[in-house]
Amino acid sequence: KSTNFYKHMDSDKMVKLTLKRLSAEDEYPDLSQHNNYMAKVLTQDMYKKLRERATPSGFTIDGVIQTGVDNPGHPFIMTVGCVAGDEETYEVFKDLLDPVIEDRHGGYKPTDKHKTDLNSGNLKGGDDLDPNYVLSSRVRTGRSIRGFSLPPHCSRGERRAVEKLSIEALASLSGDLKGKYYALKNMTDAEQQQLIDDHFLFDKPVSPLLLASGMARDWPDARGIWHNDNKTFLVWVNEEDHLRVISMQKGGNMKEVFTRFCTGLTKIESLFKERSHEFMWNEHLGYVLTCPSNLGTGLRAGVHVKLPNLSKNTKFEEVLKKLRLQKRGTGGVDTAAVGGVFDISNADRLGFSEVELVQMVVDGVKLLVDMEKRLEKGQSIDDLMPAQK
Amino acid sequence: MVLNIQLHIYSTDTDYYYGTWFLSNKNDVKNAAHSHIIFHLCLCSAEFPDLRKHNNCMASNLTPAIYAKLCDRATPNGFTLDEAIQTGVDNPGHPFIKTVGMVAGDEESYEVFADLLDPVIKERHNGYDPRVMKHPTDLDSSKIQSGHFDERYVLSSRVRTGRSIRGLSLPPACTRAERREVERVVVDALSGLKGDLTGKYYSLTQMTEKEQQQLIDDHFLFDKPVSPLLTCAGMARDWPDARGIWHNIEKTFLIWVNEEDHTRVISMEKGGNMKRVFERFCRGLKEVERLIQERGWEFMWNERLGYVLTCPSNLGTGLRAGVHVKLPLLSKDPRFSKILDNLRLQKRGTGGVDTAAVGGVFDISNLDRLGQSEVQLVQTVVDGVNYLIECEKRLERGQDIKVPPPIKLSK
Repeated sequence: KSTNFYKHMDSDKMVKLTLKRLSAEDEYPDLSQHNNYMAKVLTQDMYKKLRERATPSGFTIDGVIQTGVDNPGHPFIMTVGCVAGDEETYEVFKDLLDPVIEDRHGGYKPTDKHKTDLNSGNLKGGDDLDPNYVLSSRVRTGRSIRGFSLPPHCSRGERRAVEKLSIEALASLSGDLKGKYYALKNMTDAEQQQLIDDHFLFDKPVSPLLLASGMARDWPDARGIWHNDNKTFLVWVNEEDHLRVISMQKGGNMKEVFTRFCTGLTKIESLFKERSHEFMWNEHLGYVLTCPSNLGTGLRAGVHVKLPNLSKNTKFEEVLKKLRLQKRGTGGVDTAAVGGVFDISNADRLGFSEVELVQMVVDGVKLLVDMEKRLEKGQSIDDLMPAQK
Repeated sequence: MVLNIQLHIYSTDTDYYYGTWFLSNKNDVKNAAHSHIIFHLCLCSAEFPDLRKHNNCMASNLTPAIYAKLCDRATPNGFTLDEAIQTGVDNPGHPFIKTVGMVAGDEESYEVFADLLDPVIKERHNGYDPRVMKHPTDLDSSKIQSGHFDERYVLSSRVRTGRSIRGLSLPPACTRAERREVERVVVDALSGLKGDLTGKYYSLTQMTEKEQQQLIDDHFLFDKPVSPLLTCAGMARDWPDARGIWHNIEKTFLIWVNEEDHTRVISMEKGGNMKRVFERFCRGLKEVERLIQERGWEFMWNERLGYVLTCPSNLGTGLRAGVHVKLPLLSKDPRFSKILDNLRLQKRGTGGVDTAAVGGVFDISNLDRLGQSEVQLVQTVVDGVNYLIECEKRLERGQDIKVPPPIKLSK
């Protein structure tokens, strides 16, 4: 049998460990019942190669894939099945992650470049979606602070450092962005109730997809919610990502929502830079986040819109696909629509800029509302059918 | 193939730093050219968990000084303090129930993290001090006296324990290959059991629907843990890979593989013949031990801690001997809890821990695990249950009962 040894050399306080290692064949996961992007790609040979590596902060292939091993998936929904533990994961384990990214993001190649455009002035229109149909508008994304491990892998100290830096940066916001931070472990009952009533409060994740990757460790330490006094700009700290940034308001003025989004993000980024920190970004993957599905822009721009007639029309799914939009219930992903009201948002994240994605939502929702109005009057929508974007 | 991890410790007057260097090997292990070493620095004080709202044995005993001393260590398998305490950090506990709040990732955890585990063990096991005391192991079932209960009261009898295979990491820390090795070793050994112990293994990944239904009907099937106490410790990783259930044809000897421990061993039958249940238990355990030893393996055991298991609460014997017993009158007597306490017994509902009693039927078992031998604990249950039945009979006849004097725990 192999031997382990643990040596302590007092003189220079150095400790050397040698880990026993069993073979890659014996370690390779059983993915025969699995249906996620990781399971489609990870062969035994690939696993053998990647298990010899670790990122500089010690994240290994087993850490990357644990969530995909523990959650075989659903026959109809393809989950990603892997996560990043730090920025370097996307380099060190590119043999796995490049094909996963290509498959998940519509053929995005390892040599492709991603364009970032947070200039809201480039958005055409978007300020006049019919409020009789469009009830609310929202844009969200995520940001990671370079130099710190991501939620699946970070230590308590790192997570606290991310919180501290974020609080400092957000405290410097002014004007209509001036706001307040509520730490999850320190909030009063009254504050908690208000955040629940505002639909701002996030709770410890219950999804096994998230739990299995280790994101909920040490809850609720260093987690919190920041929002501006107007309740139109909201930041989640240390939930699924270092930061989740959300701009929203009632009605159909997506342009205003997006302008605040861009202004706020740009301001936050400069505040971090003043403190010698930057966001994780590169010209191939755009903004780097925990889940490969959120790379690029990490952006989901969406509306709650009344489409009772169109949603019953046989062409609804086809129209959404052509417009590169997706539907969800108003409770978010995996919920059902209530009263004919749908959450409609962009399907893409990577390979399109922020402006391009919001433009697709604005143009697409305008068309959907036009179609709804036609169907209300009993008229045909055939001539409105869009081409594939 | 080796992955070298070097831990370099600095200390200053005010704080401890620890750093982790990671090396990645080139493909050819012979010419292992270590690429790029990056140093990653953390302040121990910045890492200390916030335990102010916590009520578990780990939180009661973990000081910043102990954390600073242990946070830079790892066992030979690479298991760290943060991993050992993660379940206790994630589960603050309940004001009335005190959970242990930490686990072992391997046998060496109990040495490497002794500065924390020893006081936790002492608190959990009535002052047992692993530094100075020895734990007695005694699996000689012939010593049990009066082990056949009145079956008008005792419906079933059961003894369970756990065993770990030395040299392989425990469920919180094991790799898939180690877990599969545990399964291989154990299943191979069990196939050597004969006579009334002849049985069959049902792997969770491969059982048929029919086999699954039968195991459910027999109340043998275990499912993926849902308790956050267990999932936060990492025990449910890779489920259901390398998990399974073995039982003998008579369904009186059952072994769970790779659930909360490497193995959980259970002997049981309907009725009140605890002596026979314990006899089969001891015989089966000794036979399994002999079979694994033939193949060059052994159980984790030492004279400080007895049998080594994942949860510190199960050290020593890891033994819970219990009965399902009808005590409708006694259970309504206000002295019931005190009687149980003094007899060193605990009550549960018949669904197991955290369930309620139904129809006056209780699960009564030993409180203690460490510091007393298997024979001593089973005798305690035998004597105690006989006393409870006597009380019940007296109450039936309208006679009064007495609270027995507390049993002294022998050192």
